[in-house]
Amino acid sequence: MARTFRLSIAPVSGVVSRRAAAVCAVLVPLVGLAFVLEIATGDFPLPVADAIAALTGTTDAATAFIVHSLRLPRALVGLLAGAAFGLSGALFQALTRNPLASPDIIGVTQGAGLAAVAGILLGVGGGLALSTVALIGGVTSAVAAYALAWRRGTTSYRIVLVGIGIAALCASVTNYLLLKGNIYQTQQALHWLVGNLSGRGWQHVRPLAVAVAVLVPLALLLHRWLLDLQLGDDVARGLGVPVQRARLGVLLAGVGLVAVATAAAGPVGFVALTAPQIARRLVRTPAPPLVAAALTGALLVLAADLVAREAIPGTELPVGVVTGALGGPYLLWLLARVNRVGSRG
Amino acid sequence: MNLRANKVRLCYDDRTVVDDLDLVVPQGRVTVVVGANGSGKSTLLRGLSRLLKPAAGAVYLDGRAIHTMPTRQVARSVGILPQSPVAPDGITVHDLVRRGRSPHQTWWRQWSPADEAAVTAALEATSTTEYADRPVDELSGGQRQRAWIAMALAQQTAVLLLDEPTTHLDLAHQIDVLDLITDLNREQGRTVVLVLHDLNLACRYADHLVAMRAGRIVAEGPPGAAVTADLVDTVFALRCQVITDPVSGTPLVLPYGRHHTLTPEGTP
Amino acid sequence: MLRTLERRDVTVPGNRSRRLTGLLIALFAVAGLTLASVFVGVRGISAAQVVAGLSPSVDGWDAAVVAGMRLPRTALGLLAGAALGMAGALIQGVTRNPLADPGILGISAGASLGVVLASGLLGIGSLFGYVWFAFAGALAAMLVVYLVGGGGRGGATPATLAIAGAAVSALLFALISAVVLTDVRALEKYRFWVIGALTGIDRQTLAAVALFLLVGAALAASVAPALNSLALGDDVARSLGQRIWLVRARAVAAITLLAGGATAVCGPIAFVGLIVPHAARAVVGPDQRWILAYSAVLGAALLLAADITGRVIARPDEVQAGIVVAAVGAPFFIALVRRTRLREL
Repeated sequence: MARTFRLSIAPVSGVVSRRAAAVCAVLVPLVGLAFVLEIATGDFPLPVADAIAALTGTTDAATAFIVHSLRLPRALVGLLAGAAFGLSGALFQALTRNPLASPDIIGVTQGAGLAAVAGILLGVGGGLALSTVALIGGVTSAVAAYALAWRRGTTSYRIVLVGIGIAALCASVTNYLLLKGNIYQTQQALHWLVGNLSGRGWQHVRPLAVAVAVLVPLALLLHRWLLDLQLGDDVARGLGVPVQRARLGVLLAGVGLVAVATAAAGPVGFVALTAPQIARRLVRTPAPPLVAAALTGALLVLAADLVAREAIPGTELPVGVVTGALGGPYLLWLLARVNRVGSRG
Repeated sequence: MNLRANKVRLCYDDRTVVDDLDLVVPQGRVTVVVGANGSGKSTLLRGLSRLLKPAAGAVYLDGRAIHTMPTRQVARSVGILPQSPVAPDGITVHDLVRRGRSPHQTWWRQWSPADEAAVTAALEATSTTEYADRPVDELSGGQRQRAWIAMALAQQTAVLLLDEPTTHLDLAHQIDVLDLITDLNREQGRTVVLVLHDLNLACRYADHLVAMRAGRIVAEGPPGAAVTADLVDTVFALRCQVITDPVSGTPLVLPYGRHHTLTPEGTP
Repeated sequence: MLRTLERRDVTVPGNRSRRLTGLLIALFAVAGLTLASVFVGVRGISAAQVVAGLSPSVDGWDAAVVAGMRLPRTALGLLAGAALGMAGALIQGVTRNPLADPGILGISAGASLGVVLASGLLGIGSLFGYVWFAFAGALAAMLVVYLVGGGGRGGATPATLAIAGAAVSALLFALISAVVLTDVRALEKYRFWVIGALTGIDRQTLAAVALFLLVGAALAASVAPALNSLALGDDVARSLGQRIWLVRARAVAAITLLAGGATAVCGPIAFVGLIVPHAARAVVGPDQRWILAYSAVLGAALLLAADITGRVIARPDEVQAGIVVAAVGAPFFIALVRRTRLREL
């Protein structure tokens, strides 16, 4: 087929769609650009050349310090968390064949949020401790959703629906807890809840990097099964896919990615929902393409953070406000198009 | 590839649909399963393909119980096309047929020349090459069914199980699909098991007919021998007259209803 | 076209006297709860003081509490509970979807956004002012969710509607966050309102909202018989002489008034509209008129019971009614999802 090209370095071989390769080839430098700009931005704006120089280690000590201890970890969290959100969203949307399904609504982010707010009220400081608490909360609610959805096996929709129930419960309790704290704690909690890259340091980057390094290859390995699952459980089983195990594997990867990303950056809204859809439209495949979704997610978060920091001179908005403000209406527009075009959009 | 069921009991939740069923699928032949609604035809097919695990008894493929075999291995020998499969939005015919190669791929060998050849052959055999780049949901019912059959073909299994492949198709397309299936059986020697609703088409296309009622096999054999008016009455609760189809030479079932009967039943 | 859900509900063939008896029992329960709501509270107030508080000439602090807080709160619980119950019954009837309620389908979120925009951004103080924004928000959300959840092959299944509702809710609450984060005063008011509580109501607001809710209730009662035909499917209903779009329009108007009005005053309370119609259906079967009547009574009972529980379990503190309902409603929703056999798309 002229639309794909086959790579083979015996005994490994694979097939890649030309369009997907082209889109990724364009996205990678864009992400790189956003990354560099992110490093260049801040209280002490750096010229882009200096930022690049700092990355390669050929600059003076003061600039190197700023970049390496403040800017670089923040940019890395943005990059990795964005990629994790995008990929996780792609996995969930492919699994449920629904463009609106996202880890945001399955209960992971709400569980993480509840744990984080409880942590803040109990005096857990920011940083690694809070991230860990949030991670535990997110994973617990995902496990609860899976366990509660299980009844002699489960379907993707049932997991998502149970997740919606758990999300509602967590959100309710979170709102209650927000009442219990003083206004300062409430503001701190809300700033975490909206998704924020400020103050992220190397302690945030390391666990995120490890998780991404493990889960992204896992997700890519499962890609074949994911494509088969798209045809329905019966056809997939007929094609030799161990359906329950495959579904569990995809869920583990998706939940792992979103939980870790949320723990590091807070629940940055709408990235997991819109990045896969944008990627899908760029690559023109029926299912969200995994690599392109990850790259798009990274680009969205980095770009949104740039906007958040520069939009209002003098103040720094949290990145989640920008992704929410832009992502929300974009999502609506995407969905309105779905309806106009018919079932494909 | 020898496929047989031995004292198989198939249940949904707590409801037993098929009980104590023995069936040997004739190798290299077209077997058609018929029966009234709810007689267990689809359930039997699902049991034969390991989509449904037997509550008792077992299904054997070349002497090995398929539920003990890794599902990927079974998928290389037995292909199944379930009823009314749903394609994801926007998937093209070519992409769909490519999925059929899945059981032959590994994570490091995702595409090989053999895969390429199988897909091309499947597209050609089903005459779907001209619209291979079009989305499946834009095709007509007949073309869509051919695309799904192409996917099952690309799987290159010795046994092919098809659950009601002609439902929702108009007569021309039904004949089209059934002729295609016959080609595959004759030219490639695949064992085919079909579930069909239309008894007359079943008589025409089957080498071996299996009639089911209430989860049990009531009769099996070549249609010419097996299909009698008594059998139709037992299986479908329908009085009829069975003659020989002047077009194909196979049994033709002519039902007696309460109206539009020229001669009272019983008189030739 | 909506897909009907397979359920293992047993529809009990009710007869008229049995249903009437049930309704009377429910009414007695509501009366009992009303009394409890007036006599029981966070502060222990003796019965004599309560009675004293009921008289027109109020004196003494306890009496003032009874007259100024408990009575309005009880009245609101009755009105809002009945309204939410009826709204839920209507939504489930119109969408033929047992997993629906104003909270799940984003209607409460829409109404909330309206209220936040009106009172936060535009500073509109009186109910007669901001309730229209609540209605507009509720209506808009309903339409968006139905359009979005109904797109795609297979139409509006319960799963796609719930997912669409969750996505739209997420969007709306993100917009709300964006508004309240920028204004500390708005945040302070919002975090108390978003819980869903019966407190803080004054007589004028109560009277005003009662007006809207009664109109909504009347509309609901008038459209209930038509919903019985609608339950048989659009085509059958049409052949029975119903003008489908008119029936739907009236139902949507009733839902807007009932859910929008209740949310405008109490904040978003989810799950009342989910639980109550199921309980009603279990007793009276599929007749929408009876379901509506029961839903009103049972909704009032549920909300009052939740409010009373909240007052009692955390003395001297209070758990808001919305949280208590969520704590009960979320498990109910999950149990419902587990029981129902959902087919994947």
